[in-house]
Amino acid sequence: MTDTPEIQNLLPLPAATFHILLAVAEGERHGYAIIQDVEARTDGELRMSAGTLYRSIARMVEQGLISEVTKRRTAEDDERRRYYRITAFGTAVARAEMRRLAQLLRLARASGLSPESA
Amino acid sequence: MSFYRALLRLYPRSFRVEYARELEKTFEMRTRGRGALARASAAITDVLPNATAAHWELLRQDLAYAARSFSRTPGFALTAMLVVALGVGANTAALTLADYTFFRPFPYQESERLVRFYQADGEDMWNYGDVSPGNFRDWKEQQRSFSAMGAYSWRSSNLVSESEPRRVELVATTADVLPLLGVQPLAGRMFTAEDTLTGRAIILSYGLWQTQFGGDQGIIGKFVRLDGVPHAVVGVMPPAFRFPQNSVDGWVPQVFTPSSFEDRNNRFLFGIARLRPGGTPEQARQDLNTISKRVAEQTSAQLSYRTGSAVFTLRGEMPSAAISLIVALVGAALCILILACANLASLFLARGAHRAREMAVRAALGAGRERLVRQLITESLTLAALGGVIGLAMAWAGVPLLSRLIPGGLPVDSQPTVDYRVMAVGIVLVLITGLACGVAPAIKAGRSGPLDALRGTNRAGGGRSKKVRSGLVILEIASSVVLLVGSGLLIRAVARVQAIDPGFRAENVLTMKTALPLPKYDSVVTRLQFYERVLNGVRALPGVQAAGYVTGLPLVMRGGIRSIVVPGVTEPGNDRETASIRYVSGQYFEALRIPLIRGRDFNETDVTDGVQVAVVSAAFVKRYWPNENPLGKRFQIGLQQPEERTVVGVVGDIHVRGLERRSEPQFYLPAAQPGAANVGGYMPKDLVVRAAVPPMSLVASIKGIIRNADVEQSVSHVRPLASVVAEETAPRVTQLRILVVLSVIALLIAAVGIHGLLAFTVSTRIHELGVRRALGAPVQGIVGLVLREGLVLATVGILIGVFVAYAAARTMGAILAGVQPQDPVTIGIAATLCFTIAIVSCLRPARNAARVDPLSALRAD
Repeated sequence: MTDTPEIQNLLPLPAATFHILLAVAEGERHGYAIIQDVEARTDGELRMSAGTLYRSIARMVEQGLISEVTKRRTAEDDERRRYYRITAFGTAVARAEMRRLAQLLRLARASGLSPESA
Repeated sequence: MSFYRALLRLYPRSFRVEYARELEKTFEMRTRGRGALARASAAITDVLPNATAAHWELLRQDLAYAARSFSRTPGFALTAMLVVALGVGANTAALTLADYTFFRPFPYQESERLVRFYQADGEDMWNYGDVSPGNFRDWKEQQRSFSAMGAYSWRSSNLVSESEPRRVELVATTADVLPLLGVQPLAGRMFTAEDTLTGRAIILSYGLWQTQFGGDQGIIGKFVRLDGVPHAVVGVMPPAFRFPQNSVDGWVPQVFTPSSFEDRNNRFLFGIARLRPGGTPEQARQDLNTISKRVAEQTSAQLSYRTGSAVFTLRGEMPSAAISLIVALVGAALCILILACANLASLFLARGAHRAREMAVRAALGAGRERLVRQLITESLTLAALGGVIGLAMAWAGVPLLSRLIPGGLPVDSQPTVDYRVMAVGIVLVLITGLACGVAPAIKAGRSGPLDALRGTNRAGGGRSKKVRSGLVILEIASSVVLLVGSGLLIRAVARVQAIDPGFRAENVLTMKTALPLPKYDSVVTRLQFYERVLNGVRALPGVQAAGYVTGLPLVMRGGIRSIVVPGVTEPGNDRETASIRYVSGQYFEALRIPLIRGRDFNETDVTDGVQVAVVSAAFVKRYWPNENPLGKRFQIGLQQPEERTVVGVVGDIHVRGLERRSEPQFYLPAAQPGAANVGGYMPKDLVVRAAVPPMSLVASIKGIIRNADVEQSVSHVRPLASVVAEETAPRVTQLRILVVLSVIALLIAAVGIHGLLAFTVSTRIHELGVRRALGAPVQGIVGLVLREGLVLATVGILIGVFVAYAAARTMGAILAGVQPQDPVTIGIAATLCFTIAIVSCLRPARNAARVDPLSALRAD
């Protein structure tokens, strides 16, 4: 499968962008939930600040990777919360990034390099 | 939390409006349970880098957008950049000159306390001149205004050291001069009191030390020969040191003999002093005047002794013409900048109108008003920055060409360069220009609702924006008129000065200086032998028509004034009667084509011990013997030991002191009869040769003849006399060229402005014009409508401009050489020119209006 130029232009994805995509791929999330999700997923290695998160979100919304969910799901949701979900384009980009990373890994393995020290 | 909320203001507004609440919430949850200090530090490390990055991203987007938008309208972008470049370039250049002339510090300690002092004619301090040693001595002994006081005089000598002989410009100073300037020598010492008794010492300028002695570290204590006399090198001054001005190669002690103090009309000293703290030049002047009065009462009564003084700060005696020149230049440059800003704003406004739809679309797509304003300001600042860089580069390249305008005699570097201070001002100008031009359209874009613009053909041409643009056009036309009138007046002034008959013919005359060092040429016999050998040789050259020697070329040597007594006409002892004295060889008048009106030129019968004769100028005759035959009349030179001369000839008057100045009557004495004035300063050293061939082609042969006459004789200042005369008007011509260029720029900018405004008006009124046409209005009526609008603006602009120009010209009196500021011809031409340009600029929009097709204009609805 060949990726469109729009997708290719976005690769490689910044680490934060990729992680946010992974977090919202599982379902709609609000900002703080994304931070927690990413933190859990990386065993606390990537701890995004509020500013970093929303700067990424702003850019990703503009690029069309994610979109804001306008309809509130339940009444008890905090009114201040804004939820985000992945778009079809976002999924395509995330997949393309995964393929890029896998390809990279394959190339590295083929060269005989192993992640563990000998 | 309130701290974090406050910090959020650092984000771009659009980002903050969108995400502030989320950010706050997230931050709150993220930092829950931490101490106040930890939260504060988390807030800072969160917001600062992210806010910066957010701004940077927006800037990158806006720049990319601006680049795309400029490449779509390259004509607009280039015009705007050029307009900024001209405005900024002209101002940076003008400010650099102003900085050099008025603000740059002199290379002395506390230079604001340094003053020059002169001997003046009684209370009339503006009639001032050199100081006599006698007065200097009295003042120095009795004054209470200065913490130090010194005097100096000019001297030029042949310097012989280990390398080639060369002509050097030296300044002879009393021992106080260099110390009172507060600059330490780079090596060695200043002059001592003993040095001023013998005079056998020299302090080298850094430049001379480098060029003539290769920066020899062991130079102190070595001897150099000045006009054959050994002088010990006692010091070297640092590179930045200049005194009293740029061109000085070194300093020697000023030596006085007891006789120096006798003749108080023997004036050759320049004074420099340091005021006591808190003292003013005016107090010092009063102090010196009081001393002079006291001394006058004690001195012999036969001398009508009316000596006053004049005291100026170092910048205080700059000629008012030079000051006017620079001020006029700065004013003109500011005019251009205002024009540039006005026009740029106008361009942006027009563009803003054309882009109203684009902006509306963007706004409808969700770009906030603030983002659009930001976009517009980024665009204008980008254009301003690009134009500014070009402008600064132009100034940097152009400033050396303008160095002529800096008044001579200031101790500053003769080659001005744009320094970082002026650069900074230039950058501020760029920013102001960019903001001034960007903000108005941006505010307008921000104000209009997107719906208005989306709704259709923007018909809102009237209202405020129209008024603003009309105002800008009036301003542009008025500024053009001011500059045109200024240029016109200066053109007339230059023409007037150039038309002044100097009294001699400079074309085809070659001049050069042979130094004739003392004591080698002390004796008049030696000198006459030298003149004879050189002049006979030169006169024998093919193409030479006449050759002579003189003490100092007209317009170059402006002084050389002596008191005279005309028996039966002037009072003996009256020191107010003065005339210009020159010693000449035969054929001098012929070489310069100074007409011989009566009597004869000097010839070989005027021998040293024969009858002491003189040739006087027409003004001399008119003043002392108006209705008599002057030939055979006698007059006396000097007051102390008067020597009598008999008039043998009358020649035409010449402008000795300069084309624009009044000169004293002149008298000439034969080189063979030096009389009592047998001093170095007065012996003829300037050779003038009139030729039928191009004068510069004779230089090699003449130098050969001089070498044959005296192999050690240096030759300097080789140039055509015509260039000496041209030098007189050179600063004027330079300034004139600049003003003309500025006026043309201003006119072009105004033309663009008028054209832009009318084109804009027509384009926004197409609908209305179409309706008028459809209702049967004739084409002429439509054209008249557009023309009338342009011409009303032009007339208002011209009237304002003429008024301002008249006010400005009145302050420029010093450089107008007698041309009246309300000169009707100049004003008339400037106004006509502006009006013509205005009409031409109206034509295309008018034609477009005439071509409006009623049907298609209506169909657009």
